[in-house]
Amino acid sequence: MNWISNYVRPKINSLFSRREVPENLWSKCPECGTMLFHRELSDNLNVCTSCQHHMAITPRDRFAALFDGGVFVDVPVPAPVADPLHFRDQKRYPDRLKSAQKATGEAEAMLVGEGEMGRSTVVVAAQDFSFMGGSMGMYVGNAILAAAERAVERRCPLILFSAAGGARMQEGLLSLMQMPRTTVAVEMLKEAGLPYIVVLTHPTTGGVTASYAMLGDVQIAEPGALICFAGPRVIEQTIREKLPEGFQRAEYLLEHGMLDRVTHRTELRAELITICRMLTGLPPAVMGDLPAPAEGPEAASTASAEAAAAVLNGDPAK
Amino acid sequence: MTNYLEFERPLAEIEGKAEELRAMARRSEGMDVEKEAAALDRKAAGMLDEIYRTLNAWQKAQVARHADRPHCKDYIARLFTEFTPLAGDRNFADDHAVMGGLARLQDRPVMVIGQEKGHDTKTRIERNFGMARPEGYRKAIRLMELADRFGLPVITLVDTPGAYPGKGAEERGQSEAIARATQKCLRIGVPLVSVIIGEGGSGGAVAFATANRIAMLEHSIYSVISPEGCASILWKDAEKMREAAAALRLTAQDLHKLGAIDRIVAEPKGGAHRDSLAAIDAVGKAIGAMLGELDGQEPDALRRARREKFVKMGSKGLAA
Repeated sequence: MNWISNYVRPKINSLFSRREVPENLWSKCPECGTMLFHRELSDNLNVCTSCQHHMAITPRDRFAALFDGGVFVDVPVPAPVADPLHFRDQKRYPDRLKSAQKATGEAEAMLVGEGEMGRSTVVVAAQDFSFMGGSMGMYVGNAILAAAERAVERRCPLILFSAAGGARMQEGLLSLMQMPRTTVAVEMLKEAGLPYIVVLTHPTTGGVTASYAMLGDVQIAEPGALICFAGPRVIEQTIREKLPEGFQRAEYLLEHGMLDRVTHRTELRAELITICRMLTGLPPAVMGDLPAPAEGPEAASTASAEAAAAVLNGDPAK
Repeated sequence: MTNYLEFERPLAEIEGKAEELRAMARRSEGMDVEKEAAALDRKAAGMLDEIYRTLNAWQKAQVARHADRPHCKDYIARLFTEFTPLAGDRNFADDHAVMGGLARLQDRPVMVIGQEKGHDTKTRIERNFGMARPEGYRKAIRLMELADRFGLPVITLVDTPGAYPGKGAEERGQSEAIARATQKCLRIGVPLVSVIIGEGGSGGAVAFATANRIAMLEHSIYSVISPEGCASILWKDAEKMREAAAALRLTAQDLHKLGAIDRIVAEPKGGAHRDSLAAIDAVGKAIGAMLGELDGQEPDALRRARREKFVKMGSKGLAA
């Protein structure tokens, strides 16, 4: 080694690297084009602060914002038979699964958690669109069954966030069979007299919409979410005409009587708490905890106001 | 006049030759061709046998969609007596893609519901090619409810490319209607048996076939997506439907191995479209046998068994 590579090069490299800005600090809103700083965006639960466009959010981030203090425990999901059909298209199905696992850091397309929301127990299941389009295969079926079983065991509500392109083709008819299978899970909750609340997020389509995602006691959707059985492109090809503006979007479905509510993501938590408490016969949510033993009366009231805000906003810090 | 499928072309040639020979003999008296013609017939029969014994998945999809294959209407006409169609969903319309009503199966009153594709241009349009809209599923729900209330077994005949992908269908809640129909299938306390007689197309089929017993005709198909649809999504090329059909395992034989269906009903040689009556009678026998297995079971036991069947489904894959 000569002195150049030994001494000079590192200096030049460090000069260059110092100018590099990490790529993920800013993201562009796909709807209005506003550049959004990552912290601002995550504080607003991946909703554009300028046009209120709802971007995708991972199940873990959603759970962190939903449960009290962001605390939840994973509900274990039994692993199904791997690659039941030995499916192969341009890639082998196990390879597709592996690369999805690597990209998302999750085992499969649905996450189930149990914890407290507004100081009462709930089970929450959320589908992950970034994992093979959130597609419903045996695992998602097992996850919903496990979620329903846990909710029945705890005698608490089940809240389900749907997001999927439909059934997982690589599991053939077995993926289609998740329609009746997940409906059995819904029936378990109905029979136990427990609330089953569905929040439809962008996009929810195909066999997922045509089973558990449309069978909720209360049907809520996030603004602008595409919710349909057949996708707009398929319909345009079939009927050979242009579809109206906003067709199959959450607001359109609300207008056509297919949903109860369309709710902004940042207001969802408070709304879910309110609905769950009413359906399970609990008194209105207490705005804050009992005042902590404090030095003066003034301190106590600030603490309780802060705690109230914490409960409703799911802020883990306080 | 037989409608030949593309893989039946060699067969068509031989059968055509035999016919030509006989026509020639009819024109010129005293010419004896029967020996040659009979030889050709034997050859054709052997070939037909061979072709249908070794059908691949895509060929089966074509047979399942064959225009001359008996449809729901034909089954109802031959297998049932006193068929009394019941119409409408009481909300919006009567969907002609779904037919259903009260009927007797060997004197026993039952509810029969099925998708009808139509047999010529006029009836196909009238039946919307067997693609139901929400009204169709809501009609099925209503009929299942009626059957449940009066203790009548429900028999469903499935033959649909899928639920109709249209603007109005979406606006009126296609997904919700399918989800509710599946839920109703799981709720009724009477025996529910299904036969896939042609195409079992995705969610449109499952809404009828969440049953205690499911049978498939030998050359019918049942799939989460059409081979063409799967090919255009996963292969980015709709022409790869042969590969997609094979990968999807949509044949009765594969699905039986997977434990997704209970029995396979053998078709007459050369497929149901070559001998409709024999195919229909075979299905009738299978329905009778499946109902027999469920006779005498309590409503709760039927419901529980139906649920367990679907919860357990898929717990084993295909053997390596």
